[in-house]
Amino acid sequence: MANKKKNWYDYLWIWSIIYFALGFFNIMFAWLGLIDFVLPLIFALAGGNKWFCNNMCGRGQLFWILGRKAKCSRKKPAPRWISSKWFRYGFMIFFLTMFGTMLFQTYQVFAGASGLKQVVKLFWTFKVPWQWAYSGGTFPEWMVQFGYGFYSLMLTSTLIGLIVMVLYRERTWCTFCPMGTMTQGICQLKAKGDSE
Amino acid sequence: MSKRRATVNIEVCVACGVCANQCPREAISIYRGCYAEVDTDKCVGCGICEKACPANAIEVRDIEDMEAENGK
Ligand code: SF4
Ligand code: SF4
Ligand code: SF4
Repeated sequence: MANKKKNWYDYLWIWSIIYFALGFFNIMFAWLGLIDFVLPLIFALAGGNKWFCNNMCGRGQLFWILGRKAKCSRKKPAPRWISSKWFRYGFMIFFLTMFGTMLFQTYQVFAGASGLKQVVKLFWTFKVPWQWAYSGGTFPEWMVQFGYGFYSLMLTSTLIGLIVMVLYRERTWCTFCPMGTMTQGICQLKAKGDSE
Repeated sequence: MSKRRATVNIEVCVACGVCANQCPREAISIYRGCYAEVDTDKCVGCGICEKACPANAIEVRDIEDMEAENGK
């Protein structure tokens, strides 16, 4: 690795830090996280590959740098069930359900059925006040609500990833990351379709 | 000393690509986003990929053992 030529996308781990920093000051930056949602799917759907995960995922790179280079990982093999199919797909379904719930909350604010809640919800449970990240006025409230919801999702999944990074191997998160599961699933379907 | 090579359990592999990034010989590629594939001509059996794999999908094994098993 050390003597391999570096590409620009080897530095995207910096982006994943900048993302959280920007969202700390202005929640509207949370929207940029959609890039990390859409890009992997485009690679999988159009190219039938996991090039995003394999080369340019800033989050995966960050876990590697913190875990391996900064020695913050025990580097212990994770229990088998974590990378088992039922857990991976189960977690993906759970994650998508939470994503749907978040979209619904955004819709409610859009429809005027509920007010804007300026909190970041961690682990889908703990509400952290985050009012400073938006002072009102510039954007429609539903857009702001989506920002809070999406930022919560990104922060929560990164925290889970950091926990398993410390406990197990550097990129243990990648074994059950919903994006990773989804893209591999799409690639498998595509590969199967071609071979039949 | 007998030769050793990395083998991938494709049922367990999540195709994350950590192994491919770490392999000093560039012996691993991710087959169509489905699983890791080892080029046994390039692999030197160093085990770097095995220690990096988060899914415990790689095992460095003795080539003679593998052939013996396959020949059964
Ligand atoms: S599995 Fe998730 S965190 Fe890991 S490289 Fe892929 S998208 Fe990034
Ligand atoms: S590191 Fe492990 S899980 Fe990831 S692609 Fe390689 S063999 Fe598969
Ligand atoms: S054992 Fe070493 S040379 Fe062989 S694939 Fe793994 S990292 Fe590459």
